[in-house]
Amino acid sequence: MIRLWFKSGTPWVWLNAAAVSLSLIMVVGVLGLVIGRGVGHFWPHQISQFSYQEPDKQPQIIIGEKVETSITPAAMAKTTGYVMADNEETLVQYLIKTGNRDVTGTDFRWIQERNIKAHSEPLAMIVIERREWGNFYGQLLEVKEKGVTIATGEQAWQVLQTKIAETLAVFKEITHIEKKEVGAINYGLERLRLKQRKLELKNALDEVSKQDIATEKAAFEAEYKQYQVKLTGLYQQLRSDSLVAQTESGSQMVIPLAKVVRVFQPNTMSLLDKILHYGSKVIEFLTDDPREANTEGGIFPAIFGTVMMVMMMSVIVTPFGVIAAVYLREYAKQGFITRLIRIAVNNLAGVPSVVYGVFGLGFFVYILGGNIDQLFFPESAPAPVFGTPGLLWASITLALLTLPVVIVSTEEGLARIPSSIREGSLALGATKFETLWLTVLPMASPAMMTGLILAVARAAGEVAPLMLVGVVKLAPTLPLDGNFPFLHLDRKFMHLGFHIYDVGFQSPNVEAARPLVYATALLLVLVIIGLNLAAIVIRNNLREKYRALEG
Amino acid sequence: MTAQQVRSHSIDMSSVLQGKNVSQQPSETCIKVENLNLFYGEKQALHGINMEMQKKKVTAYIGPSGCGKSTLLRCINRMNDLVDSAKIEGKILLDGENIYDKSVNVAALRRRVGMVFQKPNPFPKSIFENVAYGLRIQGVNDKRILEETVENALRGAALWDEMKDRLNDNALGMSGGQQQRLVIARAIAIEPEVLLLDEPASALDPISTLKIEELINELKEKYTIVIVTHNMQQAARVSDYTAFMYMGELIEIGTTSELFTNPSKKQTEDYITGRYG
Repeated sequence: MIRLWFKSGTPWVWLNAAAVSLSLIMVVGVLGLVIGRGVGHFWPHQISQFSYQEPDKQPQIIIGEKVETSITPAAMAKTTGYVMADNEETLVQYLIKTGNRDVTGTDFRWIQERNIKAHSEPLAMIVIERREWGNFYGQLLEVKEKGVTIATGEQAWQVLQTKIAETLAVFKEITHIEKKEVGAINYGLERLRLKQRKLELKNALDEVSKQDIATEKAAFEAEYKQYQVKLTGLYQQLRSDSLVAQTESGSQMVIPLAKVVRVFQPNTMSLLDKILHYGSKVIEFLTDDPREANTEGGIFPAIFGTVMMVMMMSVIVTPFGVIAAVYLREYAKQGFITRLIRIAVNNLAGVPSVVYGVFGLGFFVYILGGNIDQLFFPESAPAPVFGTPGLLWASITLALLTLPVVIVSTEEGLARIPSSIREGSLALGATKFETLWLTVLPMASPAMMTGLILAVARAAGEVAPLMLVGVVKLAPTLPLDGNFPFLHLDRKFMHLGFHIYDVGFQSPNVEAARPLVYATALLLVLVIIGLNLAAIVIRNNLREKYRALEG
Repeated sequence: MTAQQVRSHSIDMSSVLQGKNVSQQPSETCIKVENLNLFYGEKQALHGINMEMQKKKVTAYIGPSGCGKSTLLRCINRMNDLVDSAKIEGKILLDGENIYDKSVNVAALRRRVGMVFQKPNPFPKSIFENVAYGLRIQGVNDKRILEETVENALRGAALWDEMKDRLNDNALGMSGGQQQRLVIARAIAIEPEVLLLDEPASALDPISTLKIEELINELKEKYTIVIVTHNMQQAARVSDYTAFMYMGELIEIGTTSELFTNPSKKQTEDYITGRYG
């Protein structure tokens, strides 16, 4: 009976189906987890107020968001040292995000359900997102302007809204001036310094050029003075307002509005308010710079760095891989040596990526970059320009890492072009080069794109080698900006993959940052999908155009 | 084949050949093959071929599969150079010049000797670009000249009326017969002296085949044509001279009417009356 069943092939079908379902479940599980954990992070949660009393201790008030619930069986709780009454079957604990790290020293605390005497969700509870010390939870008492109280109680909330909007506008202006205008001046001054140093090194620093540099410098400095005056005014304006709030323990805190990013009362928010809040948080996440050691704010520099690096890598790896594949397939005499080269290329794909990182650091950064610095940038010594990890080296290292994929798929593409097409072109008096260039390579372009898609998929997810050749925790400037020459290949950059590692495992406040890890992971997946989709669309268009001769 | 069939076959052949008489027209030698031997590695594929092909005439190669007729054809525009293992001895003279001479530019030779293959092989480009391909290679980019040449070539290949409104369509969307005529148009766009046709109609339906044959008749006004064919009726219909090859050797060459009605060799007679495979 069983033997018949085996012979029928049914178990084989079931095995296949099981394998496919298992893979599907795993993929869906990964995505589900990342989406579930990451997407909820920006939703405004209700603020609870607990009257809490542990046995033999003073009663206290705890204010915060309920983040997690843990239920432990009584027996297990006992072994870990909890005192359990006989009638208790489980120990229920809640993780509360209480914020106010500057007051209590922690963001989170566990409380036991059995010790909660009362639970309410007062409407007046406010959450303040701050630029330092994480969230504040408590009650708004008054709003001050230049140290003088201008609103209290009910009114305070209304006044606070307008005040915060004003302060944020000022803050935005200050950031803009500091980053763009003053940044450009600093960049210009640095270039002038390098110019002067270069002339000095050449012994060509005569009076005329000295004069020129001095005038230019004076112009920059005059401009800087202007901005400085403006900035001083803005800073005064920024620092003038503050609010007073009450913490859970009843103490009062003065918080300058300059430190406030956002204030909201989640317990009074309607669904629409919450959706709007969520939207603005997501936009902030996508477009802003990170705050507080990357655990708050946005991750725009990381998105930008990832996309930029992948594009640079594509620009490097595609021509290089295609040329190598064309030589191997079209020009090289097929034999032992070409076979050896092919095996070597295929094996390169299996080398652990961190090894490429080590190679990139040792060869590209130190040897190549060091020599470039000596030859072309002697004026900036001892500060390295290309002799330090940066975007260019990271892109080249990843290009090397993904080269085998591009070579292999291009070679396959070339091999698939029917010989009748080549003969047709040659018979019309085309040389081999013309045939390749006009007919064979365009027809093989979908295969090249396939190689590129695989390369992008691999490169965008790579973290280990990047840590050695250019990715940093926090890059002050983007590799692309308004200062000549606009694309700064020598700069270090941020990367989503490394950001995940950094936020999740290197930040001072891992618990608070954990949802951000999932959100960032989700974004990394989306970025890779986006890049791949773009490449796939291009490939399909090419395929349609160069439909091979079938039938 | 039964005797009955053989007889009807030869009767059919003579009806095809009626009215063919080439000897009256003046002719001069265009291609001369002298002592041509070709080896694929160890194996010899062509054995001491000597033959002449006349200017503005159609010469057909017939013979069983694997007899070397396509190989010989591909020698005339040096397509066999692409086969690494092929080694060639002897001479082929085109207008008195040896095309296997070291000084010969192969690309330039192939411009003089065009070729059409068994299976239509248009490029995955527009109809216009397919025909203009050869000119573009020669560096012609003047739009007026290109348009004029493409039109003439398409007219020459009896394709203009069908395709004049579809010049920008992809050539791969055409039917097989149209594709084959397009490939002929592509070959004559660069005005070669010689046109080599390697079984040009073997992948086509009877109507397309008929059109190609009519086309060959028109093309011989301007070009020297060499055609390889499996189909003896086709050889009889389109060619002025016919060469019979067998096992890499040239058995017999003569005017088509003579070869089919009065072959001088027993092997030829056996083949055309169908006593071989």
